[in-house]
Amino acid sequence: MLEISNLNVHFGVIHALKGVSLKVEEGEIVTLIGANGAGKTTTLRTISGLKKPTSGTILFNGNDITSTLPQDRVRMGISLAPEGRRIFSSLTVLENLELGAYLRRDKAEIKKDIDMVYERFPILKARRKQAAGTLSGGEQQMLAIGRALMSRPKLLCLDEPSMGLAPLLVQEIFDIIQDINQKGTTILLVEQNANMALQIANRAYVMETGTITLSGPGAELMRSEEIKKAYLGG
Amino acid sequence: MEQFLQQIVNGISLGSIYALIALGYTMVYGIIKLINFAHGDIYMLGAYIGYFCMTHFHLGVIPSLLIAMAICTLLGVIIERIAYKPLRNATRIAVLITAIGVSLFLEYGTMFFVTANVRSYPPLKGILTQSFKLGNIVITAQQILIVCITVILMVFLQFIVKYTRIGKAMRAVSLDRDAAELMGINVDNTISFTFALGSALAGAAGILVGIYYNSINPLMGILPGLKAFVAAVFGGIGIIPGAMIGGYFIGTVEVMVAGYGNSMFKDAVVFAILILILIVKPSGLLGKETKEKV
Repeated sequence: MLEISNLNVHFGVIHALKGVSLKVEEGEIVTLIGANGAGKTTTLRTISGLKKPTSGTILFNGNDITSTLPQDRVRMGISLAPEGRRIFSSLTVLENLELGAYLRRDKAEIKKDIDMVYERFPILKARRKQAAGTLSGGEQQMLAIGRALMSRPKLLCLDEPSMGLAPLLVQEIFDIIQDINQKGTTILLVEQNANMALQIANRAYVMETGTITLSGPGAELMRSEEIKKAYLGG
Repeated sequence: MEQFLQQIVNGISLGSIYALIALGYTMVYGIIKLINFAHGDIYMLGAYIGYFCMTHFHLGVIPSLLIAMAICTLLGVIIERIAYKPLRNATRIAVLITAIGVSLFLEYGTMFFVTANVRSYPPLKGILTQSFKLGNIVITAQQILIVCITVILMVFLQFIVKYTRIGKAMRAVSLDRDAAELMGINVDNTISFTFALGSALAGAAGILVGIYYNSINPLMGILPGLKAFVAAVFGGIGIIPGAMIGGYFIGTVEVMVAGYGNSMFKDAVVFAILILILIVKPSGLLGKETKEKV
């Protein structure tokens, strides 16, 4: 579904991604783990079109999307729930969800999808008229995921959905991610919580200072000594 | 008391004009964090376009107003595309200096074409020359026209910003440009649209001031532009209702100072207010101290 080859990204003189290649097949949960500053977020931002690569290609369902605008990528079915949630804090929960469906014109279907998000996250329904900035961290994360789902993505990219959440909530968010995947959305998950991410992932890539150093099935990486030492705490 | 009420009436008329200009400042600031110093000159151009519509083409007030708004809209979009868009990722100071450059270009470019002479607006006809008395308070038909047009434009603006697709896009871009892009919003078009809206309102203000004060010149945009900027800061820059309140406040203060004190001081008082706001509450009347949740 998504195929990135030899992607190079620069920020000024800083070489942030050095020839990154990775693949996501339809129906999978693929996770990208690694330490702070490894380039995970940059990878997602480049996939969604917010950052232009210096070289390399991004194929989505066989089409070269390397130089298309973010809005065209949303239209094709790539959606990103960005790092730090980035919800529109002074808009209401409902307005945030509506903005997620900005490119869609099918009003009746949008309404159905909003109800679907409410069903998945009942707390958002209760708070639908509240300014999104007044929500708790976990609720904001639910809103960010709900908003990203509103464009009916084929590929949902999630950047650190567990960041700053209490352990119970982290478990809940990961359950939700699995559930979204089971209902047919392919998922590319960036996480620092390697343990949780590897448990639900079909496959995983490990990133270090701008390059992919390891890849393989999630369960296999979990048993690897290297990973245990570096990311799983022994 | 009567004099006070009379000054209030005058203040509201003048304040309407400041409010219309301040809205453009505040919207543009809200979306690209730029104090568009060329905005006052769009207002000046609106006054000239209205002038030519009325004198050369003998059009009425309302058609002239609509034409001035339309041409100013176009100019606003063109200026944004040519002068500001290439600087989208430049430092804010670079864009600010460019704005001052655009402002000077418009002022002296206009002077080249229409000379520096002061021109007087054609006399109004019919009902617009009348005035009405409420006790000893005089309200002119022009004042009523100014306030009515301003209120209509503001309601229209609120409608666009609150309820339309592009209005939602404007709010989203002003809150978080990257996140807006992730929703599939075309940020460049949204910024263009914001300039279009602001410039249309400035154009309307230009022709209204021509009607009200009767005289126009190529540098007329400087001082009202700055005062409208003060109005926008007073209300909280980037906040649309703030600009409206600020405009009416600054207009009323100015008229009061001229009426009760000395009209020599009216400009000084307005800028003293700016200094005061910046000391006491830099975020403005409706502004919130921004706190970020992590």
